[in-house]
Amino acid sequence: MTQHHWRKLVNGLMFSVTAACALAAVCVLFWILGFLLWNGGSALNFDFFTQLPKPPGELGGGMANAIIGSAQIVLIAAVIGIPIGFLGGIYLAEFGTGAFPFFVRYTADLLNGVPSIVMGIFAYAMVVRPLHQFSALAGGVALSVILIPTTIRTTEQFLRAVPLMLREGALALGASKWKSIATIVVPAAIRGVATGMILGIARIAGESAPLLFTSFGNQYWSRSLSHPTASLPVMIFTYAISPYADWHRQAWAAGLVLLVVMLVLNIGARVVLAPGASHRT
Amino acid sequence: MADAATLSERGIPGRARHSLLDRLRDGDEIAHLATLLFACAILVIAGLLVLELFRNSGEARHKFGWAFFFTSTWDPVAGQFGALPFIYGTLITSAVALVLSVPLGVGAAIFLSELAPPRVSDALTFIIELLAAVPSVIYGLLAVFALVPLLRDPIQPFLGHTLGFLPLFQGPSYGVGFLAAGIILAIMVVPFIISISRESLLAVPNDQREAALALGATRWESTWHVVVPYARLGIVGSIFLALARALGETMAVTMVIGNTPQIAASLFAPGYTIPAVIANEFTEATSDIHLSALIELGLVLFLLTIVINGFARLMVLATTRRGTTQP
Repeated sequence: MTQHHWRKLVNGLMFSVTAACALAAVCVLFWILGFLLWNGGSALNFDFFTQLPKPPGELGGGMANAIIGSAQIVLIAAVIGIPIGFLGGIYLAEFGTGAFPFFVRYTADLLNGVPSIVMGIFAYAMVVRPLHQFSALAGGVALSVILIPTTIRTTEQFLRAVPLMLREGALALGASKWKSIATIVVPAAIRGVATGMILGIARIAGESAPLLFTSFGNQYWSRSLSHPTASLPVMIFTYAISPYADWHRQAWAAGLVLLVVMLVLNIGARVVLAPGASHRT
Repeated sequence: MADAATLSERGIPGRARHSLLDRLRDGDEIAHLATLLFACAILVIAGLLVLELFRNSGEARHKFGWAFFFTSTWDPVAGQFGALPFIYGTLITSAVALVLSVPLGVGAAIFLSELAPPRVSDALTFIIELLAAVPSVIYGLLAVFALVPLLRDPIQPFLGHTLGFLPLFQGPSYGVGFLAAGIILAIMVVPFIISISRESLLAVPNDQREAALALGATRWESTWHVVVPYARLGIVGSIFLALARALGETMAVTMVIGNTPQIAASLFAPGYTIPAVIANEFTEATSDIHLSALIELGLVLFLLTIVINGFARLMVLATTRRGTTQP
């Protein structure tokens, strides 16, 4: 075989090997989807959405309290985290110059990489300890601490993508800087910013580690935001490692529901709101 | 003077500014200060996080000192805490994860950025970004019910027969253990390696590829000898980011690691990791010293991931010129 042929052969071979790598990585999603549909689909029924969990040994029941609980906790996190992240992002994109914004940005990136369970410890120390009680509020605080760094960075990213000419146009017409931001820059970037927020919320909605010892769990309806509250991800964890077959069945159902919510939010945000805008985690 | 005041009201940049009142009137300073305050929230959170972790782990740090990291007794009843088995488990599972995920992830990134047609690349990248969004408890669910049974029966006995001469692949096959945790971690970090490596590769200027091709290189030769070396810092950075993620990953690992604080040479053996022990014991800790020891483990995890992330961000930044300076 000539050298030329050999090099062609290596070229083709490596092409196939790397393609196989990419294919294998992509197949994982279909493996996950298939498994969850197969096991969770048959376990999912109307009761799952309307009933409270049954004690071990009794068949049936649902996770209505965990679904509502998750929604409450995520809502608290969004109410705290979105405004802080959004306004902080405006600062970084529009006002920040010099070393200080770099420092803020770098800190946000580092916080983004901190394991979520550490944020759980943080919320435990800040909220659970002073109140002497696990609560939805503590869970919301834990998740908001995860949400803020991602929101601040995605908001900044999409605001920066707005062309400078739009800002200059507004200023040339006599608008003050904040007016140009509020009426021109933010509206121009709003689709991207909203996408970032939805992806951030989708991410925290699937978190379970920081909720284990902040919102804890509850087999019943939670009485208020300052009481232990069930959440879907924590329920999946508890049910999956339990020894009961019927709980395993429910864990699959809950996993399927969580994954579908996740995929709808992600695909919806990426395709409908900001086509072409890619999100970095 | 009157001229300058009118200009100031109109908010034209570069004008003369007078009193504080004048500056506040057009709202810019207020908006600046208000948003600055919210941006500072990041620094406040980071500061409080460090403070709380240090404060709440004080008892364990004073009682055990550095011995905490070098002893392996973990006995909540006797109040004796040594973190060595957890540190060992965390490092081993992350190492297994990297060994499996780096070739796969970098290979896939090369394919997506260099070799695949753009439409194929876009579609596959979209799916990989979705994978990065799948909650870790769902990976855990699959690991418990799909991966562990597979490992217990055909895979681990097979590895034991063929590679059993290595201490890594010896001993009884339970299914749960270091190997199971390492494999599920590998599956979880692959999307991160792919998307960040791909971005670093895409940031390589086209002249580099064209020059190599013009000299007669094949597509692969230009990729392997020119493009990949050019993007190497970004690729290494992506691997470090993946490492930080693997070290701190909690749910999926907790579900399949076996929850046994031991140091074993075999990957088949059950073990324990730092996040897993925090997840399992935090709510059950009855004594202050137990809780304090768990929070010290959290502090260790925090410092470890901060250092690794700090390096990784700088590396990615150096290649893509994005990372931190520009979003």
